[in-house]
Amino acid sequence: MRVKQRRKLLMHFLIILFGLIMIYPLIWMLSASFKEDVEIFQSTSLLPKNPTLNNYIYGWKGVSGVSFGKFFINSFFIAIVSIIANILSCSMAAYAFSKLEFKFKNTLFAIMLVTLMLPFHVRLIPQYIVFSKIGWVNTYLPLLVPKFFATEGFFIFLLVQFMRGISNELLEAPRIDGAGTFRIYMQFIMPLSVPALVTVAIFTFIWTWNDFFSQMIYLSAPPTFTVSLALRMFVDATGESSWGALFAMSCLSLVPLLFIFIVFQRYLVEGIMLGSIKG
Amino acid sequence: MKKYKFNRPWEGYAFLTPWLLGFLLFTAIPMVLSLYFSFTQYDVVTSPKWVGLENYIELANDPRVHKSLQVTFTYVALGVPFQLIFALLLAVVFKNNIPGIRIYRAIYYLPSLFGGSVAVAILWRQLFNKEGAINQLLSLVGIEGKNWIASPDTALYTLILLLIWQFGSPMVIFLGGLKQISLDYYEAAEIDGASKIGTFFHITLPLLTPMVFFNIVMTIINAFQAFTPSYIISGGTGAPVDSTLFYTLYLYIKGFQHFSMGYASALAWVLLIIIAIITAIMFLLAQKWVYYDE
Repeated sequence: MRVKQRRKLLMHFLIILFGLIMIYPLIWMLSASFKEDVEIFQSTSLLPKNPTLNNYIYGWKGVSGVSFGKFFINSFFIAIVSIIANILSCSMAAYAFSKLEFKFKNTLFAIMLVTLMLPFHVRLIPQYIVFSKIGWVNTYLPLLVPKFFATEGFFIFLLVQFMRGISNELLEAPRIDGAGTFRIYMQFIMPLSVPALVTVAIFTFIWTWNDFFSQMIYLSAPPTFTVSLALRMFVDATGESSWGALFAMSCLSLVPLLFIFIVFQRYLVEGIMLGSIKG
Repeated sequence: MKKYKFNRPWEGYAFLTPWLLGFLLFTAIPMVLSLYFSFTQYDVVTSPKWVGLENYIELANDPRVHKSLQVTFTYVALGVPFQLIFALLLAVVFKNNIPGIRIYRAIYYLPSLFGGSVAVAILWRQLFNKEGAINQLLSLVGIEGKNWIASPDTALYTLILLLIWQFGSPMVIFLGGLKQISLDYYEAAEIDGASKIGTFFHITLPLLTPMVFFNIVMTIINAFQAFTPSYIISGGTGAPVDSTLFYTLYLYIKGFQHFSMGYASALAWVLLIIIAIITAIMFLLAQKWVYYDE
């Protein structure tokens, strides 16, 4: 018994040790954000000698006369519209694929699955050219409009997996009562799919929040910048001179992700599993 | 179970309309156009000029294409296996509901949550600097580290480390798979007196192969398209001496800095073909080792 307990203790110790090594960089950055610039590179201590909020105050002023407040609002705006767009468009497609009957359904579903594996680079250039010809560059339209057309196949797949699990017998009763296809979608499928829809919302948030490539391509005016773009510009503008402020804003940029993660951990974990298990 | 047939035929298409339009407008037509552009010289301002296979011939002889392929393949070939091995190991440890599991799992997942962000790429750039946190730690044990980011022979490895660091999300997928394995198998193994390691290799691993396969395919496809870390850490150039020039970064430089849209389209199609070939090989090989428990 004692040997077993000792081994258990050792395992916990190893898990914690390895975990600390894993998140050491993050803790280091958090600690650096409260340090004075000179101290960041001189002391290895994780506790700041004279904790200061100056980095946050200086960093929040932003770049090119635009404050970080504006960048956060921009990022949130893109994330929220994307969430609404994905939930609407992907749930409609998933409902059709999982519960409705129509010609070529299997072929179309197979096509949808193939698009999941395509690198987006093969679509990128023509999309960019068209969007720039119609004057959409430097607006959020190229980032948002496609999402209203169910372009994120992964979410369709995830929702199909989930909706297949909703029993057809359950939908039989309202159908006999005369509910049409649309009412079944609105009053039964959508409410029953809330857990999966939350997962879609969370992933959409994380992906749009962390997005950099498409934002960089379509946005070049600082007032339209997102947090990702602002951080990049911050590096370019201040060079390596104000690491403290840079780390402060980097930490702040991760707070919404952390918040979502803590609140919705269960949905995130279940969503990852749902997206990977073949139905 | 009887088929659930209650909708009029057009209703299916009605619900599919957004996707169908999206597929045509944002996938099918752009792909056809990009294939066409890849046979042209096109700078966006003047109209595309047909050049036949010239772009493809040029890229086959472009040393920066060779370099970026080498960099990307190294990144994938070293990063993906280590990432998945860590993910599997930790999933096996976390499979038994040890106390504190939720917190442990959350901590190990954090890097996956943050890993794709610009903030973490910036952090990484500092960590491996000459005066960075890693060298600070090394100096404690009397080692004077170099500037890992600025040395051509180590810069790529810092990026590979960043990829491996994000093993949390495949770990969660493995955990899901492990939870599905029926306990009967383990009881039978215990009765037969199988060792823990034997049980792992003869029961757990074979039953987990569908998850392993899924993770391998997805991680490889994603790793081939990685962009943010290479862009931020190298300042958008692939420096030092192209040692972090990811294929996607080179595509970006060609398309959006040089505005050689034809050439960049050809690069995109080569990427598609590479990913398609690798995926096809993986699916073919899967028949030999992936075990589906019917």
